[in-house]
Amino acid sequence: MKLFEYRGKELFSKYGIAVPNGKVVSMDKDFSNLNFPVVLKAQVPIGGRGKAGGIKTSKNLKEAEEKLSKIMGTDIRGYKVGKVLVEEMVNIKKELYISISLDRSKRMPLIMASASGGMDIESVPDDEILKEWISPLIGIQSFNIRSIVSKLGLEKEEGKKVSIVLSKIYKLFRDYDCELVEINPLIITKDGESMALDSKIIINDDAMFRHSDIIPELTELTSLEKEAKEKGIAFVQLGGNIGVIANGAGLTMATLDALTHFKGQGGVFLDLGGTDDPEKVKQAFELMKKAKPKVIFLNLFGGITKCDTVATGVKAVITKEGIDCPIITRIKGMNEDAAKEILKDAGLITATTLQDAAQRSSGLAGGK
Amino acid sequence: MAIFVDENNKVLVQGATGHQGVFHISEMLAFGTKVVAGVTPGKAGQDVKGVPIFNTVIEGVKKTGADTSLILVPARFAKDAVFEALEAGIKTIVTITENIPFHDAMEFVHYSKYKKAVLIGPNCPGIASPGKTKIGILPGSIFLEGNVGVASRSGTLTYEIVNSLKEKDIGQSTCVGLGGDPIIGTTFIDSLIAFEKDKNTKAIVLVGEIGGTAEEEAAEFIKENISKPVLAFIAGRTAPPGKRMGHAGAIIARGKGTAKSKIEAFKKADVKLAKFPTDIADLIEEII
Repeated sequence: MKLFEYRGKELFSKYGIAVPNGKVVSMDKDFSNLNFPVVLKAQVPIGGRGKAGGIKTSKNLKEAEEKLSKIMGTDIRGYKVGKVLVEEMVNIKKELYISISLDRSKRMPLIMASASGGMDIESVPDDEILKEWISPLIGIQSFNIRSIVSKLGLEKEEGKKVSIVLSKIYKLFRDYDCELVEINPLIITKDGESMALDSKIIINDDAMFRHSDIIPELTELTSLEKEAKEKGIAFVQLGGNIGVIANGAGLTMATLDALTHFKGQGGVFLDLGGTDDPEKVKQAFELMKKAKPKVIFLNLFGGITKCDTVATGVKAVITKEGIDCPIITRIKGMNEDAAKEILKDAGLITATTLQDAAQRSSGLAGGK
Repeated sequence: MAIFVDENNKVLVQGATGHQGVFHISEMLAFGTKVVAGVTPGKAGQDVKGVPIFNTVIEGVKKTGADTSLILVPARFAKDAVFEALEAGIKTIVTITENIPFHDAMEFVHYSKYKKAVLIGPNCPGIASPGKTKIGILPGSIFLEGNVGVASRSGTLTYEIVNSLKEKDIGQSTCVGLGGDPIIGTTFIDSLIAFEKDKNTKAIVLVGEIGGTAEEEAAEFIKENISKPVLAFIAGRTAPPGKRMGHAGAIIARGKGTAKSKIEAFKKADVKLAKFPTDIADLIEEII
C-alpha cells in the first residue's frame, strides 16, 4: 500500500526525521500557524505531479488561497486531488537521494543513495548511485552507513546528520514492513540540518495485519478490483474486451498471452485460484458480469480441484445468473470429459486446446 | 536420481490437522511419500491417516527422524514455523503458504541459508520427483518418471506443461515449484545447478513470468554453466506495468521485469522458447 506524502512524513516525524513545518489543508482553507512563503503540494500517489501543476508556491495568504482552489479537485494523471499539503519553504544547500527497497535477487534490503537528489532516480546514471545491501539477520551496521555516507561528498557534520537519517529510515523500513522508503530529496539546509522534503513509502499489503495504525486511505484499484480484493479474488482490469477466468496466476497470464497471439485483447484477468468452492465460482462470475466483457474465456486445469466439480459450479451460476455474452471454455485435467458434458449441457462452447479456445474467443470479440 | 528430494526424505507436516493438511497428507501417502509426522500445537497424540501428530517440531523429529518439513500453516504463523523447523535440525523445507509478509520471508530465507538448509517457496505448490516422492500440493496424477527437469514460478501453468509432457510419454526427473512471491528461497539458478549435476536429467524446462530479474540471471548463468538443453516459457507477455498479476511477485515495477526482457535474455543464452505452454512438449520431443 502506497502512503500519501503527508502520511509518510508523519511516520518520518515519529522516527525523528525532520520534515518542513506544514499541514494538510483542504476545503476549509485553514492556513493558520504557517509562515509564508509556502509550497502547496497535491497529495496524489504518483510522481511527476510538479509538471502536471500539482505543486505551486505562494508568497502570501491571498495567493495561497487562490492556488489552493486551483489545485483542489483537479485531475492529476487520473487522480483527483482531495488533499493538499502546505509546507513552509526552506533554504536548500544540498539535495540528496536516499531510499531503501527490497532487492528481490539478493533478497535483502538495498540502500541506494545519490548526491544528485531531487531528480527522478531512474534518470540518474547507474554509476552515480551508491548501493549497499543490508543483511536482514544482522541489520544495519555502522560500516554500512559509512560506506554510503563517505562517498556522498558531504562535510563532516552533514555526514553525521545523514548517517542518523539512514539508520532511522532503516528502522522504519523494517518496523513497518516496507517495500520502499524513499526520500527525494533529502536536503541539507543552509543551517546544516537534514530534512526530508518528500516521502514515498510503500507498505507490503500482506503485512498490514500488524500495522493497525496505518489507515488505508489511498487506492490505485478500480472499484471492481477493490470489490474483488475484499472477496479474496485476484482480479485485474485491462484494456480489452475478453474476460479471462482461469485457475492460477501463471495460467491466467498465459491465457491472456494466447488471446493476444490471435489478435484478441484481454479485458479482465481473473484468477480463480485452487478453488472449486461453488460460492467462489459464483462470486467470480458476478464480478466478471459487472466488467461487461464481450466474450468470457474460461480456461481451467484440474489437478487437485477436479474439472467436473468446477464445471458443476459454473453451470449452476450460469443457469441462475444468466450471463448474456458467449462463454468459451477449455478445460483440461482430472475428470475433463465429465466436465465438458456438464458445460455443453449448460450451453457453453467447449474448445479442445488453448489455441483453439483463444482463437475462437478472439474471433467472437472482434479480432481475427 | 532426482534433485533436492527423493524416496529417502522423511516428511513432517506443519499444520497437519487442518482441512488442507489432512487432504494432502493422504495424497502424499498415496504418491509414496514417506510422511512420518505431523505438527499441530495442542493436538499431540492424535493421528492423521495413521501419521502421528506432535505439539512441536523437535518432538516430531526426535520420535520419527523427520528431516524435511512441509509448511501449511497460515501466513502470519509461517515465519515462526520455518524457524521452528530450522532450529529442530530440518534440512529441507517446502513452504506452501501464500501471503507471507516479504520481510518475514527475507528473514527465514537468509536463516535457512545460514543453517545450510534447502528452502523451497514460499507461495509454491511444492516439489515432486516422480516415482520417488511428492512434497506439497501438486496433483499426483500428472507426473511420469523420466528425464526432464522442471523449475517454475507458477502452479497450474506447470501442471498444464507437465501434463502435456505426460501425454507424449515424456517423464520428469523432478518438478520444483519455486513460488510466486518476490522473495523466495530456491531460485532458477539453484535448480539449474542441481539439474546439471543430476545424471537422470537430460533436459531442463524453466517456467517464468513477469516480475523481478530471476529469468535474466538464469539466462546469464546458463551461458557459462549449463551444458544440457534448456527450454522456457514466460507468462505475462501482455501484462501491463504496475499491476500485480495474481502473484505478489508478478509485477513490472520501475521498468523492470517485463516478459520481453526475459525472452530476449533467454534467446541470447540459446534457450528455446515456447509460444504456448503445451508447445514445451513438442519442443522436447524434437530434442529427445
